[in-house]
Amino acid sequence: MPDIKEVQTEFKPKILAFCCNWCAYAGADLAGVSRFQMPTNVRVIRVMCSGRVPPELVIRALANGLDGVMILGCHPGDCHYSEGNYLTRRRAHVLKRLLSYIGIEPERFQLRWVSAAEGAKFSAVVKEATDKITALGPNRWVDKK
Amino acid sequence: MAAPRIGVFICHCGTNIGGIVDVPEVVDYAKKLPYVVHAEANLYTCSEEGISAIKEAIKEYDLNRVVVASCTPRTHQPLFRNACADAGLNPYLFEFVNIREHCSWIHMHDRREATEKAKELVKMGVAKARWLEAQEEFESGVYPAAMVIGGGVAGMSAALNLANQGFEVHLVEKEPELGGRLLKLNRIFTINKAPDELVDSMVKAVQGHSKIKLHMPAVVKAASGYIGNFDVSIDEDGQETSVKVGVIIVATGAQVLEPELYSYGKLDNVLTQLGLEQRLKDGKLGEFQNVVMINCVGARIPERPYCSRLCCMTAIKNAALMKEINPKAQVYVLHRDLMTYGVEFEEYYRKAREAGVRFIRYTLSNPPQVMGAKRVEAVKVYDELMDMEVELSCNLLVLATPLIPNADNEELSKMLKVPIGDGGFFLEAHVKLRPVEFAMDGIYVAGSCRWPADIKESIAQGYAAASEAAIPLRQGAVRVEAITATVDPKTCKGCGTCVLVCPFDAIELKESKIKGLEGKIVSEVNAALCKGCGLCAAACPNRAIQQRGFTDMQLLSMVNALSGKR
Ligand SMILES: Cc1cc2nc3c(=O)[nH]c(=O)nc-3n(C[C@H](O)[C@H](O)[C@H](O)COP(=O)(O)OP(=O)(O)OC[C@H]3O[C@@H](n4cnc5c(N)ncnc54)[C@H](O)[C@@H]3O)c2cc1C
Ligand code: FES
Repeated sequence: MPDIKEVQTEFKPKILAFCCNWCAYAGADLAGVSRFQMPTNVRVIRVMCSGRVPPELVIRALANGLDGVMILGCHPGDCHYSEGNYLTRRRAHVLKRLLSYIGIEPERFQLRWVSAAEGAKFSAVVKEATDKITALGPNRWVDKK
Repeated sequence: MAAPRIGVFICHCGTNIGGIVDVPEVVDYAKKLPYVVHAEANLYTCSEEGISAIKEAIKEYDLNRVVVASCTPRTHQPLFRNACADAGLNPYLFEFVNIREHCSWIHMHDRREATEKAKELVKMGVAKARWLEAQEEFESGVYPAAMVIGGGVAGMSAALNLANQGFEVHLVEKEPELGGRLLKLNRIFTINKAPDELVDSMVKAVQGHSKIKLHMPAVVKAASGYIGNFDVSIDEDGQETSVKVGVIIVATGAQVLEPELYSYGKLDNVLTQLGLEQRLKDGKLGEFQNVVMINCVGARIPERPYCSRLCCMTAIKNAALMKEINPKAQVYVLHRDLMTYGVEFEEYYRKAREAGVRFIRYTLSNPPQVMGAKRVEAVKVYDELMDMEVELSCNLLVLATPLIPNADNEELSKMLKVPIGDGGFFLEAHVKLRPVEFAMDGIYVAGSCRWPADIKESIAQGYAAASEAAIPLRQGAVRVEAITATVDPKTCKGCGTCVLVCPFDAIELKESKIKGLEGKIVSEVNAALCKGCGLCAAACPNRAIQQRGFTDMQLLSMVNALSGKR
């Protein structure tokens, strides 16, 4: 018999994914066209380039209580605007350190590359993030404040 | 600004969305969202009925924002924006929510959760819509010349088509000769003639055309720019030249797999179909008695799952020819499935059978075995239909191997910023709806560099790409999506961070001429150069620079909506 209390409190993380229009968003579309089934936890916000996402916005999302945030962009060298994802990569590095400094588990933020052809990779990324964040548990940062 | 009045249109997409997401529930939910004054469901929002529903609702409810929750903005945004414009609403007061590719299609087994997610996605879209602003697109000129990369049938067809329409064309061919793969073929299905006549007439037309500038042998070294305005540098026989064009067509063809199977390369009476055609063409085949052909060699296997489409027909063609050259020869084709799509093709296959070519079906789990030490002497195969193993005497073994992507596809893909798909062929913008365009505006694809295609298909794709490419060339200008950056000179401190991050040199520090700010050093965006990536907007420490359609406020409101904050 499953413990009723446990079933009630089953943790379903809420994860936000910023996807660049040219690669990751197209990859997510392809995952849909291919009917790859995946967890329902991830919501996508479309931006033109992964480099459009300011670190403050990621922090805001986590501070608001979202359990995870991802930025998904083109593979290095493939950015539609040549160098946007290099900026993203550099920012992500600093952002992770900043997150741990302010007391948010840095694993709650992830940067991944997904090309327009990688529908399967998109669904793998969604699964992986969902598993990871589920294991990490709810984002308690808001409560701590 | 008038108070937002948002209308929400939720598409069933037949059963694509409606079969999984509880659309009426999402409509009820949308009705209660802030600033929503109207919400409705449509069977197909993109249909004529759906479009007129949007237009009517704009009038009836005096909507000043429209949100459609359906498929993907990557294919349908222009349609809905136009609907808004037709009804007198600025097309930038439209927001797209994807509840098909990103929801119903990927959560088919959890209707409850899919519905909850759809609601939340709509909530986010509505939250962003509240902050949308009207925008004006502006026009950017198109340089009236095209570049075609690759001088096979696809590339030559595209080049001739554009040149005959009066446009200047730069045709870049890597080899010292035009014609591509066809130069190596003996004769072509289903007409059973040598390709020379076709190739010669095309090559002559290309070489004699006053509008075509042939660069040969030459390769593309670097490319930059955007639709209407590409700068391409070509290495022509060791010399670098720079060419300006408005559009680019990629038609670089494909290679033929050299297999490491069935003793190919080890025993000298084993050839590929291509090798066989070359020997026939050069008159170097010599005597042969019994021929065995094996299809799907290195194709439709886990590492290379696709069907190369041409090989079945090529095998049938050459098997019938072997019978024609030596009617006494036993000719066997060992195949897995026979792809003879199309009326003509099926007939062609029937004729080969009538001519005495024997077809045996083998399975992947039980492939044919080659017998013989110095030369192939026999091939053993398990005949699936007869349920027995047969041994076929053989003194010429011919392997049908698939077309595989060119080795330099990746390099070209990076240079032009166009994607390559699974397996390494180029990937068009949409498999069904945009077959010869890339997602990158102004670049098109044709022929076997996209996917194995026969001659007829390659020519048709060449024409199709040319006619798509002719649209911006003929119009002379393209409208640029109004997602460019804007600076608020009051908050700008002139630090120059945006200037540093802009990949297009579209931002400059200048003395302001605005009244009250005269002389202040601020950033200025050149909208003609801005490509709308938003890098500057993310980098600005003062949030003084914003990207239209993706402002901080718009993105933040989506984040807040998702996390339950206002
Ligand atoms: C064994 C065999 C038999 C076939 N038999 C038939 C048949 O009977 N009937 C039929 O309809 N089809 C047949 N085909 C298919 C036919 O060859 C193709 O349909 C046709 O060649 C496709 O034309 P294309 O222009 O796309 O590519 P290609 O013919 O491959 O031409 C591509 C051109 O681009 C050039 N190029 C490549 N890379 C670059 C670069 N980076 N820069 C500049 N130039 C570049 C190449 O040198 C080449 O000239 C056969 C194919 C094979 C392999
Ligand atoms: S466009 Fe995809 S990362 Fe820049």
